[in-house]
Amino acid sequence: MRHHLILRVITKLIVPPILLFALYVQFHGDYSPGGGFQAGVIFAAALILFGIVFGLRKVKRVLPPWLVIRLAAFGVLLYGGTGVVSLFVGKAFLDYSALAAYPKDGQHYGIIAVELGVGIAVATVMVAIYYAFASRPPRINDEDW
Amino acid sequence: MKDLGLIADILGWAFIVSGSVFMLIGAIGALRFPDFWTRLHAVSVTDTGGVLLLTAGMVMQSPDWLIAVKLVFIGVFLFITGPTASHAVANAALVSGLMPKGEVMPGTTGKEAKAMGATSEEKSF
Repeated sequence: MRHHLILRVITKLIVPPILLFALYVQFHGDYSPGGGFQAGVIFAAALILFGIVFGLRKVKRVLPPWLVIRLAAFGVLLYGGTGVVSLFVGKAFLDYSALAAYPKDGQHYGIIAVELGVGIAVATVMVAIYYAFASRPPRINDEDW
Repeated sequence: MKDLGLIADILGWAFIVSGSVFMLIGAIGALRFPDFWTRLHAVSVTDTGGVLLLTAGMVMQSPDWLIAVKLVFIGVFLFITGPTASHAVANAALVSGLMPKGEVMPGTTGKEAKAMGATSEEKSF
């Protein structure tokens, strides 16, 4: 990868704004178009771009595979857990108005928690798929083509 | 103030129309040019310029500052990524040994190059 100077410089320049934009889409999702799924995909895209340019080993140091699997499970748990909490308070499953004293506040917190769960799950599952494909040993060496 | 708005409107439309012309020229070039390198040249140059002109026109047409700033961000992002993508494509083609039409890789005969699958003969599709 030594000769890909331009790609490496531009990737270094552009990965942090992509991550920041993913967080913007994530936490602005209840005011404007966007939300957990899109934010997760953008976040994963930044990590995958980093992995493609700088190699799988470096991106695995940033986000190790064991953490990816656990975070994916945690995202789903956060989604389901929000529903279960509202169930225990006495409303229906995923009825956010049960989460705070005022129904409107509760819906606000609820949508943020659920979207955060979706975002974490989507981002980590995307990265896990990338790891699974990129870690496969190549069947044919590059020199044998 | 009213005149300023009118000037911005006219200038914005001029930018948008000229950007569209750029994009159209790029598309014609991609269809009509003979081989990969000339096509890439036509598309990459006009694409970057056209997108910049279009976003500049949209900034002048935008009703408030927030939209204008977002458009500027989009323009900067495309200004950085467009040429980078063109560079990556061209670099991959160069490394895999693609030569301009009618040229042969230095140090190889035409037959060798053809056996390597690295000749300039465009596949017709």
